[in-house]
Amino acid sequence: MDPVLLVASIMVSATPILLAALGEMVVEKAGVLNLGVEGMMITGAVMGFAVAVGSGSPLLGFAGAALAGAVLSLSFGLLTQYLLSNQVATGLGLTLVGLGLSALIGSSFEGLRAPSLPKLDLPLLGDLPVLGPMLFRHDIMVYVSLALVGAVWAFLKFTRAGLILRAVGENHDSAHALGYRVVHVRLAAIAFGGACAGLGGAYVSLVRVPQWTEGMTAGAGWIALAIVVFASWRAFGVLLGAYLFGGVSVLQLNLQAAGTTVPVELLSMSPYLITIIVLVIISARGVHGAPGSLGRPFHAAA
Amino acid sequence: MGDTLLSIRGLTKAYPGVVANDDVSFDIGQGEIHALLGENGAGKSTLVKMIFGLVKPDRGEMLLEGAGYAPGQPSEARRSGVAMVFQHFSLFDALSVAENVALGMENPPAPRDLARQIREVSETYGLPLDPGRTVGTLSAGERQRVEIIRCLLQDPRLLIMDEPTSVLTPQEVEILFQTLRKLKAEGTSILYISHKLEEIRALCDAATILRLGRRVGTCIPREVTARQMAEMMVGASFATPEPRGGVKGEVLLAVAGLSLPAPGAFGTPLRDIRMEVRRGEVLGIGGVAGNGQDELLMALSGERLAPAGTIRFKGTDVSRSGPVERRAAGLLSGPEERLGHAAAPNMSLTENAVLTAARRQGLVRHGLIDWGRAAGFAEEVIARFDVRTPGPGTAARALSGGNLQKFVVGREILQNPDLFVVNQPTWGVDAAAAAAIRQALLDLAAQGAAIIVISQDLDELMEISDRFAALNEGRLSAARAVADLDMEKIGLMMGGAHDMEVAHVEG
Repeated sequence: MDPVLLVASIMVSATPILLAALGEMVVEKAGVLNLGVEGMMITGAVMGFAVAVGSGSPLLGFAGAALAGAVLSLSFGLLTQYLLSNQVATGLGLTLVGLGLSALIGSSFEGLRAPSLPKLDLPLLGDLPVLGPMLFRHDIMVYVSLALVGAVWAFLKFTRAGLILRAVGENHDSAHALGYRVVHVRLAAIAFGGACAGLGGAYVSLVRVPQWTEGMTAGAGWIALAIVVFASWRAFGVLLGAYLFGGVSVLQLNLQAAGTTVPVELLSMSPYLITIIVLVIISARGVHGAPGSLGRPFHAAA
Repeated sequence: MGDTLLSIRGLTKAYPGVVANDDVSFDIGQGEIHALLGENGAGKSTLVKMIFGLVKPDRGEMLLEGAGYAPGQPSEARRSGVAMVFQHFSLFDALSVAENVALGMENPPAPRDLARQIREVSETYGLPLDPGRTVGTLSAGERQRVEIIRCLLQDPRLLIMDEPTSVLTPQEVEILFQTLRKLKAEGTSILYISHKLEEIRALCDAATILRLGRRVGTCIPREVTARQMAEMMVGASFATPEPRGGVKGEVLLAVAGLSLPAPGAFGTPLRDIRMEVRRGEVLGIGGVAGNGQDELLMALSGERLAPAGTIRFKGTDVSRSGPVERRAAGLLSGPEERLGHAAAPNMSLTENAVLTAARRQGLVRHGLIDWGRAAGFAEEVIARFDVRTPGPGTAARALSGGNLQKFVVGREILQNPDLFVVNQPTWGVDAAAAAAIRQALLDLAAQGAAIIVISQDLDELMEISDRFAALNEGRLSAARAVADLDMEKIGLMMGGAHDMEVAHVEG
C-alpha cells in the first residue's frame, strides 16, 4: 500500500461527505434539522451528471447540482418554515423523493461517462516530493471543499450575519423578539445546505465513480448527518469527521483488495460501525453544544 | 418633566375573539418613570409590543416628541430611541455577553470596542458584568444586567421594562432602582411594568392602570395605597389571606445531609440540605431563581432519588422511593413549570387530573381509567379554584398561564396531601387569583397539613409562611421565624451580596 496514494484517495473519498456535512452543519446551526441530505445528494448527483454530459463541462455540472440541491431543499424549507410541517417527517420524505426523482431522471443516463474534471497540477507545490502527489494534484473541488470549511468557520465566528444565524438557532423566540427574521435566516441556511449537499452528490457522480447508477450515494447523506453531531457543530470537527470516515472507507477497500481473511461484509460495514462507535463515545461525554432550538418548529406569536 | 415624550392616542388592537387593547391613551413625560399596571390579560404586553414595533395597532396613533411614530419592527423603534428589557429574557445561553449585546444593537462596533463600552457602561451604572462570560453561566440578576446594558448602549430616550424585579434579591432591586433613578436624572423616560405595587409606589412618578384592555384609571403612586391600586386593577375588592395561628404538630418531614450533583450543564447541585417541617406549618423558601429551587423540588417529590437516609417522611426513609410511592404516602408536589412539567400541554384537563390524582382519588379501577370520576374530579378543581375554561375537556395549553396555575395547584390541594411542596404557586397569576391560591394553602395548613412554598416573591412568603429559609447556590440557610425578619436580614440570607458591594464602590 503506497501511503502517498492512500492519502490522496482518502481526500477524494472524503470530499462528498465533507461538502454535505458542512452544509448540514450550517442548517442545524440555524436550528433546522434537515434529514433529507441523502435525497439532496442523490438529486445533485444526477443533475450534475446530466448537466455535465449535456454541456460537456463538469464545472457547469457542479453548478447545476448546487442549484438542484438548493431548489429541492427549499421545498423542505417551504413545508417546514411556512406550513410548519414536522421537520423529521418532512426530511425523511425529502430523502425518499430525492431517491425516486433521481432514478427517474437518471434512467436515460445509465452507462454514459461523464466528462472528467481535470486535476490541478499546482506549479511548485505539485512538484514537491511526496507532498506534491499527496496533497497538491487534486481536482478543484477538493480545494473548494477545504476552502469552504475555513469560510464557514470564519463566517460563523466573525461576521454579524453568522452571529445572527447562530442566535436564530440558539433561541428563535429571543431572536424574533429582537426583530430578526427567523424564517428568512433559516430559509437561507436551508438553501445553502441543499446546495452543499448537491455539490457533494455531484462529486460522487462526476469524480469518484464517475458515472450514474441508481442510489449511488449509498448512505453518504446519513453519514454526513452523523458527522455533524460527531463534530459538535464545529466546522473543523466536520473536516476531521469526514476525513476519518473517508480514511476508514479507503482502508477497508485496500484491505479487501489485498485479500485479507476478514470477511468482506465486515470490512464493508467498518466505516459505518466506526462512525457509530465514535459518535457514542462523543455523546457519552454529555455536553456537545447542540443549538438550543434545533428541530423545534418556530411560530411567531403575534 | 413637564414635556411629553411619548403620547399614545386611542390605540386599539383586536385578536380573534378578544380585544387586547381598546382605545388606550396616555402620555409619558420626559424623564418620567411611568408605571403600567394591570392583571394578567389586561393588555399590558400587547401595548408595549405596539410601542416596540412587534405588533401593529389596528387603530390609533403614537406621537414621539410631537412627531408621528409608527414602528413597523423593533429595529425602527430602536432607531427612534425606544429600547426594551423583556420579562422573559431575550438572551442566548450559548453566546457570550458581548455577542448577546451585539445582537440587540443596530450597528454594533468592533468586538474589542464593544467589550470596552460594555465595561464602561456597567461601571457608570453600577452593574458589574464581564463581556466574555457565556450567558448560560450567569445568574438571573446578571442576565438582566446584560439586557439593560444592551439597551443603555444605544442611549435610549424611552426604556421599557417588563416586570424587571421578579427575579431579583432585595439588594439587586435596590441597585436596579438606583440605576433607573440615575437614568431618569439624565432625562431618560422609563415605562415600568410590574405587579409589585410597593415597588411602583417607591419608584414611579405616574401610573396608568389597564383592565380588560381598557385604561381604567391613572394615579400618582405616591399618593395612593397599594391596596387602592390593586383594587383599581381588579375592579373589585378582594380578601387578603389571613394566617390562622394553629397549633403546630409533630415533625412530618425531616431532611438531613441531602446533597445531589447538578442535573445538567446549567443546573445547580444541592449541598447538605437540612430542614424540618411540622404539621400545620408553612415553611417558605426564598432565593434568587437558579439557586437550586427546581432541584430541591425534584429531590423532595421523588423525581430524582436522594441518597438513602437523607429524607424521612412520617418517620420512614423515603429517599429511595419514587414519586408514585411518595404520593401514596401523602407527599404531593407542584413544580414551577406549568406547561410540560406540572401539566402535559396537549392533554385535556381531565387527563391531566388523572396523571397525578389517579391513585389518591381512586380514578383507576382494575387498571382502567374511570373517566366519569376523572371528569368529576377535574370539574371540582375547576369550580373550587375558579379556573376560567370552557370545561374539563379543554387542552391544558389552551388555558392562560394564571388559569392553568390555579388548576395545577388546585388539583394537588384537593387530594388532601399531608405534605405539599410547591414551587412558585402564584407565578404570573393576577392579584385576586393569587390571593385565592394563598388562602387555599393556608386553609390546607390549618387542617393539619405541612406546606413548603418555594417562591421568588418575598412579599408572598412573608404573608403566608411561619418560618423562612433561603436557597443560595444549592445551600439552604437555617429556617427562622418570619416574625423576627426584616428585608435586610432576608437579603443577607439569600446571599449573592458579594458583587453587590463591588457595585456600590464602582457606581
